[in-house]
Amino acid sequence: MNLKHLFFSSLAATALAGGTAVAEGSITVITSFPDSMTGPIEAAFEAAHPEYDLEVLNKKTSAGVKYIQEIASDNTADIFWASAPDAFEVLKSDGMLDQVQIASEGIPDMIGAYPLNDPDGYYFGFAGAGYGIMWNERYLKANDLEPAREWAELADPKYHGHVGMSAPSRSGTTHLTVETVLQGDGWDDGWAKWKWIAGNFSTVTERSFGVPDGVNTGSFGLGIVIDFFGFSSKASGFPVDFAYPTITALVPANVAVVKNAPNQQGAIAFVEFLLTPEGQSVLLDPAIMRLPVNPASYANAPEGFPNPFEDSTIGASVKFDVEKSGARYNLVNSMFDVMITYRLDDLRSAVNAIQKAEMKHADGDNAEAKALIAEARGLIEANPIDEATSLDPDFAAIFTKKRRTASDTVEGRQAEVEQEWDAMVVENYRRARELAEQAAAL
Amino acid sequence: MPSTNRSTPGVSAGIADRLPKWLVPNLSGLNMVALFIALLLIGLLLVPVAQVMIVAFQDPATGAATLQNFLDFFRTSLFRESFWNSFYVSAMSVVVATAIALPLAYITTRFHFAGSVLIQSLGFIPLIMPPFVGAVAMQLIFGRNGTVNLLLRDYLGFDIPFMEGLNGVILVQSIHYFPFILINLSASLRNIDRSMEEAAQNLGSHGMRLFRRIVFPLAMPGYIAGAALVFIKVFDDLGTPLLLNVNNMLAPQAYLRISSIGISDPMGYVISVILVVFSVLSLWASFLFMRGKDYATVQKGGGGMAKRNLKPAEKMLAYGVVIFILLLVLTPHIGLTLLSFGTIWSFAPLPDGYTLQNYVTMWEGSKSFIMNTLLYAGIAATADVILGTAIAYIVLRTNIFGRKGLDYLATAALAVPGVVLGIGYLRTFHSVDVPFVGEPLASWWVVIALALMIRRLPYALRACMAALQQVSLALEEAAESLGATKKRTIYKIVVPLMKGGLLAGFVTSFATAAVELSATIMLVSSNQDAPLAYGIYLFMQTPSGRGAGAALGVVAVLLVAAGTLASQVIIERDKKAKASADMH
Repeated sequence: MNLKHLFFSSLAATALAGGTAVAEGSITVITSFPDSMTGPIEAAFEAAHPEYDLEVLNKKTSAGVKYIQEIASDNTADIFWASAPDAFEVLKSDGMLDQVQIASEGIPDMIGAYPLNDPDGYYFGFAGAGYGIMWNERYLKANDLEPAREWAELADPKYHGHVGMSAPSRSGTTHLTVETVLQGDGWDDGWAKWKWIAGNFSTVTERSFGVPDGVNTGSFGLGIVIDFFGFSSKASGFPVDFAYPTITALVPANVAVVKNAPNQQGAIAFVEFLLTPEGQSVLLDPAIMRLPVNPASYANAPEGFPNPFEDSTIGASVKFDVEKSGARYNLVNSMFDVMITYRLDDLRSAVNAIQKAEMKHADGDNAEAKALIAEARGLIEANPIDEATSLDPDFAAIFTKKRRTASDTVEGRQAEVEQEWDAMVVENYRRARELAEQAAAL
Repeated sequence: MPSTNRSTPGVSAGIADRLPKWLVPNLSGLNMVALFIALLLIGLLLVPVAQVMIVAFQDPATGAATLQNFLDFFRTSLFRESFWNSFYVSAMSVVVATAIALPLAYITTRFHFAGSVLIQSLGFIPLIMPPFVGAVAMQLIFGRNGTVNLLLRDYLGFDIPFMEGLNGVILVQSIHYFPFILINLSASLRNIDRSMEEAAQNLGSHGMRLFRRIVFPLAMPGYIAGAALVFIKVFDDLGTPLLLNVNNMLAPQAYLRISSIGISDPMGYVISVILVVFSVLSLWASFLFMRGKDYATVQKGGGGMAKRNLKPAEKMLAYGVVIFILLLVLTPHIGLTLLSFGTIWSFAPLPDGYTLQNYVTMWEGSKSFIMNTLLYAGIAATADVILGTAIAYIVLRTNIFGRKGLDYLATAALAVPGVVLGIGYLRTFHSVDVPFVGEPLASWWVVIALALMIRRLPYALRACMAALQQVSLALEEAAESLGATKKRTIYKIVVPLMKGGLLAGFVTSFATAAVELSATIMLVSSNQDAPLAYGIYLFMQTPSGRGAGAALGVVAVLLVAAGTLASQVIIERDKKAKASADMH
């Protein structure tokens, strides 16, 4: 009887819920942000605007983009709210976002070297975030390691098997990290750096949250993460810490009004609220810890909290080129997956073999070994395509397949190209390992 | 075969009676039911999946029909390797799962063994944990720096890579899915006619030979049903390899390629098609294996096989084996429980401290998740058992045209990755408005229950099939020759004899539907409509929410475990009632 009662009350509750979901004043928000972030902001917003009811719907960024694309014919979403500017670029280019006028005060145009808002007014930055290295103190102590503070340090042999990262195709924020280094160091050096770091990977996680989670639990010692994961993990009591490397970009987390929003007015009110001083101050909640975009909000920040508007070293060294990133977005993801994610075992063992050979011949006296090692290093660093090709719109189109009109055709198929790359990469890694083992035997 | 009848079976009375005769003048009630089920499956499975899968047959550049993508699949070494890995992991998981399930099933059904009911229920619990939660907990215990390895390294100076690469997937999958074998095998063992065993014993067979030649072959339908499920589930499963960050398998490859931002690579869809085709082939192989063998027992054996008492030494051994296996399979739950009461758990064998705060945090925001889950999974499982019984009856007891097709179609749902079904539902039902509610069907909560029903139908169907296979046709014929109508025969003879299997089907569907995430995550359109697994997922996305998410996971497990235990008790009581009836 009890269970039956439960069922019916649940039925009633759900029916009621269905009723209120479409009531006047409800704003449907599609977001990749966790509950611990949306909760306090929702509470603050509803306190400031009791006439609105915020209906938050949590989806992974990629699933959120897909969801908005799928429901576009009869849109029910008002707001898209996520970190990665790229996701907004995808939606913007598909015509899924609305160009709206937002009133705000005291918000600068740039955060670090990155423009805060979309120049065409389709989406708006409301918080800053930078990428960096997070580590687990206990893990490093147990393994007798020092924290790494620069990307290049992560390639050090002592970190072999201790580093974790997510794949750029899985997480928009990780994509930004990869692209930032490619732009900061240049295409070839950038990829080389990623492959040497990846040679030390313990794993490539499927979700971006998998990295802080792995560091928090101690599955691996160091992770490449977005800053707030580091700050909020630390604030929750985990024995972890975080540092910004020199080459990092501060990029805004964004919010946009979805095209044909059922409650456009409410959506605009929400975006405007996020940019008010009260909205901005919620970002300093210990469970959120994002960088406010209103410089005045830093007055209330806890001690040691980075302030990019005063500390000009954070995220200033790379001027992130959104157009370049957008032009090769899928291509970079695919390259990372082919060279690193799917061939991690091959890469790891090749890099390990080279590290061992170098350790043995650290003095550099053996010319033959030196040559073998140099050749092996060259094989690891070799890229299937150069930067010019990556920016060639015809080539990049293989990876987007977005036909503008029915008569457009694209030469080549992604699977074909990837198989070519894969064959090259697997052979190179195999050969590199062989050479390194020969060198080590000398 | 008494299948050309024109009467109406019990399950279909409502629908068939209400339809006007002129609409389908020449169709019997049973045919009507078959037609209805076919339409249901086409509308809720075939059409949505086809909406997604058609991409596999399109030239990405021009949109023209092509098979080029399939050529690309077989030319790509990564895909060939993924295919082999998936096959290897699935086969090994069946082996390991059998090694776990066989002793539990045999000991608890064959001997007088204290706590058999409890063991049968505990053995079922691994199934009722969302895969991502299970993997989190397994990492904490067996991971590279999990409890076991930290202790091993501290005290013995070495560690064991339980969770590295494919081994990790096999371990987690076997522990997660062995209940499919356990539950089906136990049901089969219980239904074996004691007289068969006695006959063999009279003829001098005993011990291993008796088991190998008589008992195990008679339990074959249950075992094959369970093993086929394990094989296919592992072959198609996404959650576990993804959480262990193993990418070189087919299902993760499909998922990674379908769900990446802005990518419309057809290979993901090609892999989905291949997954479906391969699963259907595996099922077909299991049918071939079973064909031409009659496993029905004339009498529903007097409470299954003769149970005997164990000698003290045997009893020790049996307890040892059972306790070891239970400890192993309950590892995820032990980890989850620790996590839910723990404060911070980082690079340490155990949490730093213990607290109830996680349960407080969880309880504040999770009541609606629990209610929704009971509602959705309840609807889905009830519908599944009804559909499952109907399909099993149509397939095994009639010769309606295309009846095998129904079975294949319903079972093919196993092979459809949840995310594909989710996208398919959004695509198909978004433009359909629900009458009176005024929302698109795709964002109405009922669609979640429907998706769960389709996703879990194969589980219920296998259980119903196995149950019906063991009901002898002779019993039905006897009833009919004594003057019972077809409807009365089904209602009074067939369904009661299938009761254990039906309950098993309901529990399997309900429990697994309650923790399903991959399809629901695409379909949830408001947090008020969200089920439990989604709630756990939300909590687990934040560093501070891990404990609360684990607490909600514990609640989910307890909830479903209570239901399972209750149904086990019902099965046992039912069995005892029958056994005592036989005595008189």
